[in-house]
Amino acid sequence: MEQPVILDVEDLCVGYGRVEALHRVSLNVRAGEIVTVIGPNGAGKTTLLSAIMGLLPRSSGNVRFLHSAAREIEVERMVAMGMTLVPEKRELFGEMSVEDNLLLGAFMRRRLGHRDERATMDEVFGTFPRLKERRDQLAGTLSGGERQMLAIGRALMAKPKLLMLDEPSLGLAPLIVREIFRVIGRLRQTGVATLLVEQNAKAALQLADRGYVLETGEIALAGSSGELRDNPRVVESYLGLGGKHQQ
Amino acid sequence: MDLQIALLLGQDGIVNGAIYALLALALVLVFAVTRIIFIPQGEFVAFGALTLASFQVGRVPGTLWLLVGLGVLVAVVEIGIATRNGTLRRLVSALTWNVAYPAVAAIIILLGEPGTWPLVVQVAAALALVVPLGPMVYRLVYQPLQSASVLVLLIVSVAVHLALVGLGLLFFGAEGSRTTPFSDARLDVGGVVVTGQALWVVGASAVLIVVLYVFFERSLWGKALRATAINRTGARLMGISTTQAGKLSFALAAAIGAASGILIAPITTVYYDTGFMIGLKGFVGAIVGGLASYPVAAGGAVLVGLLESYSSFWASAFKEVIVFTVIIPVLVWRSLTTRHVEEEE
Amino acid sequence: MSARSRVIVLVIALALGPLILPEFHITLLNYIGLYALVTLGLVLLTGVGGLTSFGQAAFVGVGAYTTAYLTTAEGLPGFVAWVGVSPWLTLPAAVLLTVVVAAMLGLITLRLSGHYLPLGTIAWGMSLYFLFGNLSFLGGHTGLTGIPSLNLFGMDLKDGRHFYYLIWVLVLGALWLSQNLLDSREGRAIRALKGGTVMAEAMGVDTARSKMVVFLVAAGYAALSGWLYAHLQRFVNPTPFGLHIGIEYLFMAVVGGAGNVWGALVGAGLITVLKQWLQDLLPRIFGASGNFEIIFFGLLMIFVLHRARDGLWPVVRRLFPAQAAAAGVVAAAPLPIREKPVAGTVLLDVRDAVKKFGGLTANNQMSLSVKAGEILALIGPNGAGKSTLFNLVTGVEPLTSGEVHFLGGRVDGKASREIARLGMSRTFQHVRLLATMSVLENVAIGAHLRGRQGVFAAAFHLERAEEERLLAEAARQVELVGLTEHLMDPVGSLALGQQRTVEIARALAADPSLLLLDEPAAGLRYLEKAALADLLRKLRDNGLGILLVEHDMDFVMGLADSVVVMEFGEKIAEGLPEEVQGNPDVIEAYLGGVD
Repeated sequence: MEQPVILDVEDLCVGYGRVEALHRVSLNVRAGEIVTVIGPNGAGKTTLLSAIMGLLPRSSGNVRFLHSAAREIEVERMVAMGMTLVPEKRELFGEMSVEDNLLLGAFMRRRLGHRDERATMDEVFGTFPRLKERRDQLAGTLSGGERQMLAIGRALMAKPKLLMLDEPSLGLAPLIVREIFRVIGRLRQTGVATLLVEQNAKAALQLADRGYVLETGEIALAGSSGELRDNPRVVESYLGLGGKHQQ
Repeated sequence: MDLQIALLLGQDGIVNGAIYALLALALVLVFAVTRIIFIPQGEFVAFGALTLASFQVGRVPGTLWLLVGLGVLVAVVEIGIATRNGTLRRLVSALTWNVAYPAVAAIIILLGEPGTWPLVVQVAAALALVVPLGPMVYRLVYQPLQSASVLVLLIVSVAVHLALVGLGLLFFGAEGSRTTPFSDARLDVGGVVVTGQALWVVGASAVLIVVLYVFFERSLWGKALRATAINRTGARLMGISTTQAGKLSFALAAAIGAASGILIAPITTVYYDTGFMIGLKGFVGAIVGGLASYPVAAGGAVLVGLLESYSSFWASAFKEVIVFTVIIPVLVWRSLTTRHVEEEE
Repeated sequence: MSARSRVIVLVIALALGPLILPEFHITLLNYIGLYALVTLGLVLLTGVGGLTSFGQAAFVGVGAYTTAYLTTAEGLPGFVAWVGVSPWLTLPAAVLLTVVVAAMLGLITLRLSGHYLPLGTIAWGMSLYFLFGNLSFLGGHTGLTGIPSLNLFGMDLKDGRHFYYLIWVLVLGALWLSQNLLDSREGRAIRALKGGTVMAEAMGVDTARSKMVVFLVAAGYAALSGWLYAHLQRFVNPTPFGLHIGIEYLFMAVVGGAGNVWGALVGAGLITVLKQWLQDLLPRIFGASGNFEIIFFGLLMIFVLHRARDGLWPVVRRLFPAQAAAAGVVAAAPLPIREKPVAGTVLLDVRDAVKKFGGLTANNQMSLSVKAGEILALIGPNGAGKSTLFNLVTGVEPLTSGEVHFLGGRVDGKASREIARLGMSRTFQHVRLLATMSVLENVAIGAHLRGRQGVFAAAFHLERAEEERLLAEAARQVELVGLTEHLMDPVGSLALGQQRTVEIARALAADPSLLLLDEPAAGLRYLEKAALADLLRKLRDNGLGILLVEHDMDFVMGLADSVVVMEFGEKIAEGLPEEVQGNPDVIEAYLGGVD
């Protein structure tokens, strides 16, 4: 049975000054699905996630999340409704402990009256045992891979219905990338939907159910991961002909 | 100078330093959370002291009308935005705080006789009038400029300072005021007279500092403010609204400012423009603390207080100049020893 | 209308002013001119250089008091008395004394970083103000009177209408000089200050010197304004040189638009007129009791900055768009190039480098060497200490122990810019470009060390020949990396991958022997990576040595001549790419097994 659509983006346009960064982008994500957006640098992938989240204002178009469509999207509202974003730069609280970072991940849930952050934190520690070892350490002293784990763990503290990840593999050693991708894959079983923006197209298409190709601010292709993997255009532009050293 | 005078001056310095320390903490807080160098901090000191003074002479303080006026302005702005966005139901809390609250305050003060109230109630009433001005100023002036550069925010702060000083003159006139001391006690400690008010100032400052520490270390909102200070985008992604954090920090800064004014009003005559100099010295303390570390900022502020106190004995006309000039070597030392790490990431 | 013809219209309008305007307006314009001079200095210092100063009013005071004292004091010793004979002799004296005072204060306060600097300026601003009021030979708070008027070509400039021309000729001259200065090698160095000192120093800019230059220029303009003020007003007292006036100058700069020299004129004009207008108008509305001015002034400034946070000049320019001058690069003789070591010469030799941060050892006994005509790749998991090693080699961070040799000489302990001068050039992992400057200008910063013309030549545009060669060189590097179509675009409008490429062009503009690239392929897509690899191969074949930190294994393995692998701050393997790939330690640490 098809799961319901939880995120529905329709004709989204975003402009920086006179330059239009996104032009009539439409996509959707169903509950429990992993959907990836791939595309070259500068295509507007980060802009897309920021606009969905409400970090950037949109010029026109609709973003419907769980059937609610406000004219003005506010980040806080989106977080309250169950959307989280793990940004490309991680945006951790460097001078605070790992544990405080995680606690703040549950900030909105606490405000909404939930008091289950300790249990959620144990779940996160179960997923990333490294974080438990370093719970009292300052986030700023973590290694690159641990930071990404903390960023994802912090997002999971909000018990999201939709998790958006911006380039989780960027700047990480392959071993860690593989671990992170394994975790993302496992999240699907818990019913969390994932919108994954990746420049590592190969890994992303291996993991995702469906994908979109974003080029110069527009959706150029869409389809199941298998279709995209076999598409000659995708192969040439994003998967490369080499790649024998990657997984 | 004999030992007794030295101790007396030291007492003065510590009392003033305690106030500067409070203001320094507020400045560090506001800067860290909002990147605003809060020059109008001093006006909240003056407003706090002079509002209390007005009550004590049985006058209605002009800050009441400022509260009502700013509240109406905020309400107008919020109604405009809500109508445009179709989010009218979220207006309730905005109208409660910006229209209903000032109206109730006005009724109580106009109908009651503040001059006859006990001191503690007068103090509470002064705080109740002045503290909400902080978030209101933030809402009207700074919230639309959230993404502006530090320089623009600084210049806007100067503009707010000018406007508030002008209003202070309008409300309270050019004459200064003193208020009734909290305590008339005088203790003789080793030949030096320590006044009850001095103990009040130092004690209250210490308590406030501890309360702030616990707030930032233990409470969720305290952590949220720190998170905003460290990484604004990260905090927003957790659902911590930059606006709320800004308003909260302005409320805290206004509270600290007004409380400082109320504490010193029995010791010094406070004029409508006294705040600027006091604020500037808090600023010196805060800068010594690098606008980042609370304990160092507080220590810097006490240093400023002592310096001022001793230089007023040897060269009273040079007092301000000595405070500001002697601070230069401290600054040089700090900028040489603090490794300036460029904002990477 | 072109920008040039607009300036001509402005000059004509200013020239006609005194013939048609009433006395009062002339006085106002005179003051606007005086304020504009000081504000212009602040535009350079604060708006362009990023150094905030509250203390400019004090410099105006030094200039004003110098001429006031020298022209009025009696019984001065002979060796200075001759200066006081004519205000034209006190002009250089006033400017010189102010610049000397500024240099001394600059030596102390310019070391202060970040928010310490504004406080430093408040501190000396207050001290100087206090000195004016308390030194008896300067007349205390009453000040000095009886300052002679100026005399020009036998004409007595007692009349404000005559003085007007002197002021505005100087203001326009200062605008012209400032614009010239910014549009030059020295100017780019000043503008680079805002991009962070690490980047500027890595390009060979002496940032301490650039800061001092812009600080002294600003002080000089302030002194000039003070000198004019003294002879216009014919008396001085401390009031106009206090902290509040210093803040007001900063106001003018920000409200006018601190990013552009014309902002100084707009800001000085607007604030002067506005204050005058409020002083006239408000008492009529509210009756005699004044002080509404300050409230209204504050509120109006808040309003203006809400509407135009970059100040009013950008708004003015949008309202009357000028045709962009046909920007372009003139063909010019190529710059001399460095004599390159022959292929195979050891360029960089790192020996047992150790770097500790507190208890954390970021680099432990790291050794590697790079030869001319070789690409050495430095790989390893994140946090292995690769970027730290880069910073040790380029002089950003000092070593805890060990040695770094470059071209046979020791360079550890040397400043970044000295190492850059020897022929080492780098890019940054996090792009460090000046977003509002064009690609061309950003790349030209890389060629900083290949020019020598200084501030005066730049201000009077006597260095155009060299400037053309520098820009032509920058354009050549932009072409080499394939971004010519974006040559004149602001860097901030480019995609991140392209910005990384601009960084490479900037590094190449320095004509280095050794190129250090920190993750140049991150964020590039497949075809862009291939183009980058081709470029790097070509550079290597021309004899350049390249040290490359990279994550993309495909990219590294197909390109590098040899590979060094780091883990936890130590070298765990080195050799040919194939050897390293087969090394079990490396597979365990980095490649994570073969699928």
